[in-house]
Amino acid sequence: MIRINGLTHRIGATPILHDIDLTLPRGKLIALIGPNGAGKSTLLRLVARLEPLQAGRIEIDGLDLATTGTERLALAMAVMGQQTHVASRLRVAELVGFGRWPHHHGRPRAADREAVEQALDAFGLTPLRHRFLDEISGGQAQRAHLAMTFAQGTDWLLLDEPLNNLDMAHSRTLMARLADLVGARGRSVLTVVHEVNYAAAWADHIIAMKDGRIVAEGAPETVLTEPVLSALYDTPIEVSRHDDRPLVLHHHWHDQLGSPFPKPSDDTLRVLH
Amino acid sequence: MNARPLAAGLALALLVLASLGTGAARIDLAAGGGWTTLVLMESRLPRTLAVLLTGAALAVAGTVIQSLVRNRFVGPDTAGTGESAALGLLGITLLAPAAPIWIKMVAASLAAMAGTALFLAIVRRLPVREVMLVPIAGLVLSGIIGSVVTWIAWEADLLQFVGTWLGSGEFSGVIAGRYELLWIAGAAAGLAWFAADRFAILSLGDGVAIGLGLSTRGVMRLGMVVVSVVSALVVTTVGMIPFVGLVVPNIVARIMGDNLRASIPVVAAGGAGLLLACDLLGRIVRHPYEIPVGTILGIAGSVIFLWLLYRPVSHG
Amino acid sequence: MDRPAATLIAALLALLAASSLVWMFQGIGGGNRAFILQLRGTKLAGLVVVGAAVGIATVLFQTVAANRVLTPSIMGFDALYVLLQTGLVASLGVAGFAALPNAARFLASVAAMSLLAAMLFGTLVGRGAKDIPRTILTGVILGVLFRSLSTFLARIMDPNAFAVVQSVSFASFGSIDAALLPVAGGIAALCMAGAMWLAPRLDVVALGREAAVSLGLRFDRLVLVTLGLVGMLVSVSTALVGPVAFFGLLVAGLAHGLAPSARHAVLLPAAGLIGAVVLVAGQTLFERLMGQAATLSVVVEFAGGLFFLFLLLKGRVR
Ligand SMILES: Nc1ncnc2c1ncn2[C@@H]1O[C@H](COP(=O)(O)OP(=O)(O)OP(=O)(O)O)[C@@H](O)[C@H]1O
Ligand SMILES: [Mg+2]
Repeated sequence: MIRINGLTHRIGATPILHDIDLTLPRGKLIALIGPNGAGKSTLLRLVARLEPLQAGRIEIDGLDLATTGTERLALAMAVMGQQTHVASRLRVAELVGFGRWPHHHGRPRAADREAVEQALDAFGLTPLRHRFLDEISGGQAQRAHLAMTFAQGTDWLLLDEPLNNLDMAHSRTLMARLADLVGARGRSVLTVVHEVNYAAAWADHIIAMKDGRIVAEGAPETVLTEPVLSALYDTPIEVSRHDDRPLVLHHHWHDQLGSPFPKPSDDTLRVLH
Repeated sequence: MNARPLAAGLALALLVLASLGTGAARIDLAAGGGWTTLVLMESRLPRTLAVLLTGAALAVAGTVIQSLVRNRFVGPDTAGTGESAALGLLGITLLAPAAPIWIKMVAASLAAMAGTALFLAIVRRLPVREVMLVPIAGLVLSGIIGSVVTWIAWEADLLQFVGTWLGSGEFSGVIAGRYELLWIAGAAAGLAWFAADRFAILSLGDGVAIGLGLSTRGVMRLGMVVVSVVSALVVTTVGMIPFVGLVVPNIVARIMGDNLRASIPVVAAGGAGLLLACDLLGRIVRHPYEIPVGTILGIAGSVIFLWLLYRPVSHG
Repeated sequence: MDRPAATLIAALLALLAASSLVWMFQGIGGGNRAFILQLRGTKLAGLVVVGAAVGIATVLFQTVAANRVLTPSIMGFDALYVLLQTGLVASLGVAGFAALPNAARFLASVAAMSLLAAMLFGTLVGRGAKDIPRTILTGVILGVLFRSLSTFLARIMDPNAFAVVQSVSFASFGSIDAALLPVAGGIAALCMAGAMWLAPRLDVVALGREAAVSLGLRFDRLVLVTLGLVGMLVSVSTALVGPVAFFGLLVAGLAHGLAPSARHAVLLPAAGLIGAVVLVAGQTLFERLMGQAATLSVVVEFAGGLFFLFLLLKGRVR
């Protein structure tokens, strides 16, 4: 269980997060949604101890973030940031292998090698294992980073927009793997997702953020509703149901929608046409 | 894949033999004799060892600093480290002229560390995406610290003294008893190999490193110690050796990637080989006079570097 | 020229006159007046020529390269000059080199330098170099290459000739080569006149290659001519005092900051005057008041280097 109490964060003088209290249950696939700039990455980075805590308290499975050593935390949670580009010239298998570092500190054992193989396999990377990261596609590199996070084998997985660069099939595979980790092995996942329908289809629990605050939280049915989503993204959104889960319809003919951008004037439109 | 290391090892061995056989004094390696042994043990062998140690240590230090700043276009000689070491040595020479050599070395290393820390602090404040600004900042910083050293030395009438550190490095003065400190530089490079995985993880980015439970500060400090000790000892024993720490890691990374545990030994061998080849060239070109290895490297290294700058980049 | 610009130029002229007077007459004793005055006069002329040459060369170069942090020195111009000199020594031999009349030798190097600079750097900066940092790095590395080649050549031909190269490899405002002064001054004056003549067109160049070409300017040719001028000016200053890396940056930065307009008719004389004032006033300060003849070059380099770092950190390099 991750407990967050009184979490406030500012960058320079700008407040980014406002006094957040949140409890993330274990054994669930939790999706964090919200518009750009809502503070999702900041929240995730704070929980992942990638940013120093300014005010408030965070606890992961009983470990106080402020006092627990970073090596110990690496055995409790694995993190994948929003930006995954690395300048280093590594092969896919080498990168994934570093996911086991917290367990062996440089002396891999059979179990570590086994975990790397499984992770490579889980993301369809076995044929690419000897390729350099700067010589594969963006989505393949994204999968390599995901595999590295999986290989770490921790109870908690924190992922910031893991679907970036992934095609439809790999997106679905990833969500299925996450659901499987949670359902079959009792792990816990917190992931930022922009495509709400992935959250609708796979998540057990959804947290909606806006302007540095939690605006809604709960089961998909309670959060993914027309009033909540329309207010969250400042644009009319329709929600239908499919397979007993919410299905969010937002690919309408754009003229009917209010847009977060100022509506173009008639003059501009005339020029555009 | 198996033939390559063998060929490389053979080439290095040949270079070593050539180095032992080349010099101003005439000796006959086959015949042996007292004179030959003397020349070998007092001059040729120490020189060859000094070159090997320096080349290996500098190349490894280059790998380390490149992973600290996550930039391929820097080396220990373009980060202000050498000039800072000279500044420290100059300072201790002025303050405590009679201090034993190890104190002087410690002072030089500490100053080098401060200079490297300054460089890292500057790099952190540079606009992130501008890859080429990092080496430029390092070069300018080197220039600034160098001008301070020159000024103090001028004031204290020690310009001659300082010239041997800031001028282009050479090994012609190396004899038994004058190079042994370089073993410490070699040991520092060995330490870097020991921590190779940590540097490799650090170069993946702070986020990944912290996520894997690595103390980024600790690794940074370790890296700074390695780079500073190597630069300080090299600068004070043989002078500035440009480009080895810059081009060798680049070329090795191109061929075999950045899995440092595997690549650091290759980097070390490459640095040793390159420096020895240049040193030999400097001894042969105008025999019996010598051209400093720093000058030869200034030519060879800048040509290689320009090639690295303008070669078509693999997309990434 | 409009009011504020004229005021600036007049103020700079007054400053230059004042510092020159102090330089000439400060602490002059009774005996040997004429000799001392002549000595000081020569040095003054040298400082003025060098300051103006560096200032104007830098502004010209920055305009052509469309960048405010580049200087000819950073790009390796002076190293190229030293290499040329060495090359001449190498091909003629030390004795032959010394036998050449000073002026002829100098003229030959300047002509070669001007050509080479235009050819080499024309391709590098002429197209409005897109990747400025890479261009700078290239220049710096070229500088190292040229310097190493000079040393190498010098060592190869004759270990003694090494000293000849060494003597032109370090900046020193204290010891100006008096014999070269008339020729160098003449060339510098010609170049400056040429630059002033080009001034209106340089204003167009400053708009960028595309705008300039669509306004009907023969852009590429103008870039080559300007780089040729820069090459000559750098030769002059390097021959007189040796290489100065960051001084030009400081001067051009000041000129752009102080000048009320971006027109080259104002910018160029302002830069020239600022360069001269800084050198004359600085040398007076260091040599006379602090008794340290050799430190000006170090201080100027130090300040210029810091200024460059400042520009880097401010993200102005682009
Ligand atoms: N380095 C920074 N300096 C200043 N403000 C920042 C910085 N990083 C983030 N912010 C601001 O903090 C707020 C939250 O940013 P955050 O990255 O957490 O958003 P997000 O919800 O992850 O958005 P996205 O969906 O675009 O990834 C934004 O308003 C952003 O402008
Ligand atoms: Mg984000």
